[in-house]
Amino acid sequence: MVWIALFFLVPLYVVLCVAFGTSDPVFRTAIPIWNPLEWQFAQVQVVWERLFGADNFYLPVVLRTIVYVVLAVCGCLLIAFPVAYFTARFAGRFRGLVLALLIAPFIISYMMRMLAWINLLQPDGLVNSIITLGGLLPLEVNWLSGKPYVVVMGLVYGYIPYMLLPLFVALDRISPSLLEAARDLGAGGVSTFRRVILPMSIPGIVAGTLLVSLPMMGDYFTSDMLSKSPKTTMIGNLINLSIVSPGQAGQAGALLILVLLVLLVPMVWYTRSNARAEVRS
Amino acid sequence: MTVSAAPAEAILDSSRSPRRRALRGTPGAKAYGLATITAVYLLWSLLPVAITVLFSFNEGRSRSTWQGFSLRWYTWDPTGSIINDESLRVALLHTFVLAVLATLITVPLGVLFALALDRWRGRIPAGANFLALITFVIPEIALAIGLLFMVTYLATPFGLGTWAQVIGLVTYQLAYPIVICRARLLTIGAHYEEAARDLGASALGAVRRVILPMLFPAILVSAILVFADVLDDFVLVRYLSSDASTETTSMRIYATARAAPSPALNAMATVILAVSILTIVVGWLLFRRWARRQGEKADMGSLASTL
Repeated sequence: MVWIALFFLVPLYVVLCVAFGTSDPVFRTAIPIWNPLEWQFAQVQVVWERLFGADNFYLPVVLRTIVYVVLAVCGCLLIAFPVAYFTARFAGRFRGLVLALLIAPFIISYMMRMLAWINLLQPDGLVNSIITLGGLLPLEVNWLSGKPYVVVMGLVYGYIPYMLLPLFVALDRISPSLLEAARDLGAGGVSTFRRVILPMSIPGIVAGTLLVSLPMMGDYFTSDMLSKSPKTTMIGNLINLSIVSPGQAGQAGALLILVLLVLLVPMVWYTRSNARAEVRS
Repeated sequence: MTVSAAPAEAILDSSRSPRRRALRGTPGAKAYGLATITAVYLLWSLLPVAITVLFSFNEGRSRSTWQGFSLRWYTWDPTGSIINDESLRVALLHTFVLAVLATLITVPLGVLFALALDRWRGRIPAGANFLALITFVIPEIALAIGLLFMVTYLATPFGLGTWAQVIGLVTYQLAYPIVICRARLLTIGAHYEEAARDLGASALGAVRRVILPMLFPAILVSAILVFADVLDDFVLVRYLSSDASTETTSMRIYATARAAPSPALNAMATVILAVSILTIVVGWLLFRRWARRQGEKADMGSLASTL
């Protein structure tokens, strides 16, 4: 417990102090202010200005991040639901195998999976040589130069395992006797799905959505790897850029705090509902 | 006693009903459409990686044209192979060092944490449990930047580099052993320990000789998860790295995949993947031995359900 206090709470406090601190005028290094009563809000103000003020070049990035994350979460759900449903209900004797293959991406490094797509999508990669039939057709596409759909695809590809597992657990819990009961009571396939299966899978959908969207909010490497273009910058990229460029540590801290404040509500809600479920059992 | 502890997702998830397999094989169900979607999904999710592995064995430099099988990018290429390119070799070694160190610290710490949470009731442990779970869902970048600032602006006994990386990783991974071991402790219940105490075991002896052996599958699974996850970690190790000597494979891939690609990167990623798979196989063998000794059923399902 001391460990967590020391290496989790203290760092977050330091972020606060840096964000509400000033920066050295000569060396442009951040000077944190440890006393909360003396906190200054210049850095936060800078970030705020860039978000909503006249010079609002952060705002499009934030909106873009939200759009990407929403699209990617929808993509994850649309793909993961049928897959999880099939595995839970129809896989039969292939169930163990399918389940193992669903878990497989967990042990494959995220970077390796991005590397795989870079290999495929590079200008002389396999995807281009397939759609141009080996250079015959002039259909070559430069996939990796700031295509939003490539980034969203990368996000879906990267995070979908975290959606699949909770969905599978939720769908696996639905007893078939319930489905039989629904059928006996005259419900057809569609209405059984809509009125029995869907409501019962809500916990899985919620858990999966949170597990997928929270890390996406801080993600910067997917966009960096698959596009390297300012056209697909996400919030994570902004934070990363402020960290690696000198003199902007305070702004990185302020940005991070804004993101955390927005994410705090779903994070706390999710953690609490788990803790409560634990107590109940 | 059952081998399978309550699924850990049950703790992460909202309800904890026992696992039911009842949905399997509804008679007369035709699901070719769903089966096709699943098959296409599996293909989409695994084929790119398979191609990456395949091209790490390519004779030539291309990552899209097959030029014959060779181990060039692993061993004999004078400058580009993972043995001869120093940055790749260092990165691989450092990744393994971090994974071993982080696992060795995280797992015992997490088990103790779980034991403490299991018996100490009240506000403080509830808060600690809450914090542990929050580290699970907080974006990694937040913890990474926090630690980076802490090391930079506070006088800490360790600087950026290996120890900062290990500390960050341990903090981030601690939730795995805690959640998994607590789930297992809940299913074990208190009576085994009480029986051990009645038979004359000391408090410490009861934990050591009764509870810890029963916790073994949970400990094993969390160790595998932590180890495999640390091998893949990117955000934390990148911000907390000091110089080229503390670079990891994921950082190498990030830095060079677009700028200076080479099949050696594929080879490096393949080595990491192979080690991950090896870890799981070793874990599985250990689990089977444990289960045999306990006279339990040992199949993939009972290990997986510890998850």
